[in-house]
Amino acid sequence: MEFFERFAIPHPSAPIYASMVAIGLTVIAIVAGLTYFKKWGYLWREWLTTVDHKRIGIMYLISALLMLFRGGVDAIMMRSQTAIPENTLLDAQHYNEVFTTHGIVMIIFMAMPFIYALMNFVVPLQIGARDVAFPRLNALSFWLFFMGAMLFNISFVIGGSPDAGWTAYFPLAGNEFSTSVGTNYYALALQIAGLGTLMSGINFIVTILKMRAPGITLMKMPMFTWSALTANVIVVFAFPVLTVALIMMTMDRLFGTHFFATTNGGMDMLWANLFWVWGHPEVYILILPAFGVYSEVISTFARRNLYGYKSMVASMVGISFLSFLVWTHHFFTMGQGALTNSIFSVTTMAIAIPTGIKIFNWLFTMWKGKIEFTVPMLYAVGFIPIFTIGGVTGVMLAMASADYQYHNTMFLVAHFHYTIIPGVVFAMIAGLTYWWPKMFGFMLNERIGKWAFWFIAISFNVTFFPMFFTGLDGQARRMYTYSEATGFGPLNMLSFIGALGLAVGFALIAYNVYYSTRYASRNISADPWDARTLEWATQSPVPAYNFAITPQANSSEAFWDAKKKGHELFKGEVQKIHMPSNSGVPFIMSCIFFIWGFSFVFSLWIPAILATIGIFICMAQRSFERDPGYYISVKEIKETESKLRGA
Amino acid sequence: MMELFPRKQVIGFGFSLLLTAIALAVYFFDLSFTAGMTILLVTAFVQAAVQLVVFMHAGETGDKGSIYTNIYYSLAIALVTVFGTLLCMIWGYV
Ligand code: HEM
Ligand SMILES: [Cu+2]
Repeated sequence: MEFFERFAIPHPSAPIYASMVAIGLTVIAIVAGLTYFKKWGYLWREWLTTVDHKRIGIMYLISALLMLFRGGVDAIMMRSQTAIPENTLLDAQHYNEVFTTHGIVMIIFMAMPFIYALMNFVVPLQIGARDVAFPRLNALSFWLFFMGAMLFNISFVIGGSPDAGWTAYFPLAGNEFSTSVGTNYYALALQIAGLGTLMSGINFIVTILKMRAPGITLMKMPMFTWSALTANVIVVFAFPVLTVALIMMTMDRLFGTHFFATTNGGMDMLWANLFWVWGHPEVYILILPAFGVYSEVISTFARRNLYGYKSMVASMVGISFLSFLVWTHHFFTMGQGALTNSIFSVTTMAIAIPTGIKIFNWLFTMWKGKIEFTVPMLYAVGFIPIFTIGGVTGVMLAMASADYQYHNTMFLVAHFHYTIIPGVVFAMIAGLTYWWPKMFGFMLNERIGKWAFWFIAISFNVTFFPMFFTGLDGQARRMYTYSEATGFGPLNMLSFIGALGLAVGFALIAYNVYYSTRYASRNISADPWDARTLEWATQSPVPAYNFAITPQANSSEAFWDAKKKGHELFKGEVQKIHMPSNSGVPFIMSCIFFIWGFSFVFSLWIPAILATIGIFICMAQRSFERDPGYYISVKEIKETESKLRGA
Repeated sequence: MMELFPRKQVIGFGFSLLLTAIALAVYFFDLSFTAGMTILLVTAFVQAAVQLVVFMHAGETGDKGSIYTNIYYSLAIALVTVFGTLLCMIWGYV
């Protein structure tokens, strides 16, 4: 019995037991459903072993949406708890667990897969490539991310969730103060998912640098591809820091080292330092692809080419470097002197400059444009004022001396939600709606989409604007309750109401997916938005080989030129196409990684050693395997093309 | 025949042996910590550069531009991170 005691939840409650039952039932239902409908073979052949960037993109998308709902439930719980003073819905421990998992789930397991969903689906199409540079590595990236996410998500029913904040500062995150295995889950789940992300970063840089179709020089790449390139450069330089910091954390917690301990020469603040050396670039990894999405959406629906292409590129490259120079602004109050803080204040404010340039470029693109307010465009237009508030409050926080007042208050919480929600969530919904017809061959309903937009945009402000005030009045973040005398009650109630509105908005999006899947016309053209870039030049849904003939580009809007200026995209004859073959190894290897992580979380050394050996066997298999890929014949391509064109 | 002789590689090999010998010398001579560390750091970085240029053929393909951009970019970020960390954690810490 003693062996199994370690898996118990240290701080159980009725909702957790209910979730255990719910998870159990869901797993049984999925297994039974797959068996009953005889879908195991289909699942294995078409999805679990796929190396197709489009399918991997769609799997990222599904995972991101699921995690959005998981994180959203956390958010509603927090807002319900703080809706009235001295509420007892959640106790302090549960509240800690909920805000910790909310932060991690939203950043690592929602926003990251969401941007990789769009990058996977769109980037190879925009540059006229057949796939990413390393298709099998891409599958491995996805499955590692997925297993990391699953490992993190089982924490609340097996062994207990992490509770030291998404930043997991030491000494709080050390064994002394975080006694449950929760923080081990944090270290290992992030490690596994982070390895996947690092591989994606390399994969996309190589893809963009080496696989562009003829004519697409660097300065003729569509803006989303540029944003993907800069974001992935940040990934490659920032994620190794996280990897190392997490290893040190794991060593401290499992093997008694003292990297971040307060005794024996350890340095607790070094964790905060390393975390933010990764963490600040990370927020720009999230925002840059969003900027890319907005650039595409705005120029499509303002019916104009993007204003200031070169300055857009320059500002993104600038951001990708500047984002490494500012991390200390997250701990101005931890004891550095005035000189150090001033240096980082200045670098932080400098980032606002390239960001501002981009905002003006979008405005100039819309200026005199014939704007069409489709759902993606609504999100893009809504983003501009809301994100500007986020940026301005960012500059306020960047003033080190003033930050002593704002730090760790709800003001900070309001700031980063004002940047991340319009910057990432709006952009991802916009991108999703925009590229949906390319992914699935039908469009999402515009009317429901607009309702969802207004619910989300208005409720967002109702939820987060009050936090600026309560923050300035001194309401600290991460506090599970407050007394009536503080007077924070009414504004927190307002936030709660806003949160409910946001929930309605997201539910409408889910309903829209259901509704459009059932009722939307499948009879749409390959270019329903009258768009400008190459991904719209192929069929919808996109055939496995992307383009029957490799396109030739002459500008960043080759497809527009083909439609309006008689540029010839597809020259030459259809030839047989070489494709990478599917493989189950990435999935199997990631499953072993899951076991590996789980064993480490609970210090089960024998399974950990076996899993480590298993991982090496998978790598060896790859090294010795002969994998020539396969060809799609000309006949097959022609059949597919005429079928898709006829549909 | 002469153009087949890998001159660059042979010189590089000699040079990298020399660098190793200098680094090793720190162990045998009774140097102060600072002097020893300085020698080690300098020889280490020169060694890395020699390996990259001579034996890993940076700059011998069409990717020269991306390879050197990448290296300089990494160096810049590594230096910023290391010195920034020293600044926050030690020099600028009051
Ligand atoms: C004009 C640009 C920006 C400036 C000047 C800025 C400045 C700052 C500063 C100084 C802080 C730390 C405040 C404190 O802890 O007291 C902060 C926190 C934060 N910012 Fe920004 N920011 C900017 C843009 C962004 C963007 C674009 C994102 C995300 C997409 C973002 C996400 C965050 C997050 C997540 C935190 C808080 C993390 C935490 O402590 O949990 N910021 N920002
Ligand atoms: Cu930051």
